[in-house]
Amino acid sequence: MMPQILFLFFAAICVAGAINLVLQRHPINSALSLVVVMASLAALYLLLGAEFVGAVQVIVYAGAIMVLFVFVIMLLNAGAEEQSEGSRIALWIGGPGVAVFAGVLMWLVTRGDDAIGKAKVGGMISSGDNTHNVASLLFKEFLLPFEVTSVLILIAIMGAVVLASRKES
Amino acid sequence: MVPLSWYLILSAVLFCLGVSAFLLKRNIITIFMAIELMLNAVNLSFIAFANYLGKLSGHVFVFFVMVVAAAEAAVGLAIIIAIYRTRETLNVDRVNLLKL
Repeated sequence: MMPQILFLFFAAICVAGAINLVLQRHPINSALSLVVVMASLAALYLLLGAEFVGAVQVIVYAGAIMVLFVFVIMLLNAGAEEQSEGSRIALWIGGPGVAVFAGVLMWLVTRGDDAIGKAKVGGMISSGDNTHNVASLLFKEFLLPFEVTSVLILIAIMGAVVLASRKES
Repeated sequence: MVPLSWYLILSAVLFCLGVSAFLLKRNIITIFMAIELMLNAVNLSFIAFANYLGKLSGHVFVFFVMVVAAAEAAVGLAIIIAIYRTRETLNVDRVNLLKL
């Protein structure tokens, strides 16, 4: 019973934060609601036995990436967004469209006539230390993707520095 | 034990909210945050399926998604700063140089 209660609690926080992200006019409010969404997702990862990913979610996503967002919002002194004609059309056509899309996705996963509809998840998925197991998978089976990722990060750093630097001319 | 479909429904709802924020918002920074929300929703279904299948590969994939999201945020926010410097606005409707 306890896992269901915890799931519903954090899922409600998650959805509330995401709805608040859509409704808020000011980007800083949207950013803070996104932090709420990410923190409650980290709790859901812990419920699924993913301690390493839950910790990385808090440190990298809710910590580093959102600090970057808030930093840019502060730097550019972003104010409340303006309404325009296009966004009202998007509201009246896109809103029902997204609702229908969500309904179809929910119907697909709750049909119950296959294994996925009946499955239950939770608890640990492997014996021993989760971080240790993820690390041995990462540095044995996925070593090449891991090394390629480091090159990607290096390119991203250089790209960010080049794009954001002021041209002295 | 929580049903797997609950996690998938939550993931679908978060993804759809991310899509609607992406379509409705006019502020370029908020649009970027909507992309992060969609990536998070997909990460949740990765972790749920990793638990369902009893394999840790899903965790490694989530790790890679986070790395790519961090790289994307760094480059994207640098582009936003560059756009703000030249156009003096964050409204995507006013960044219409390539529009016919």
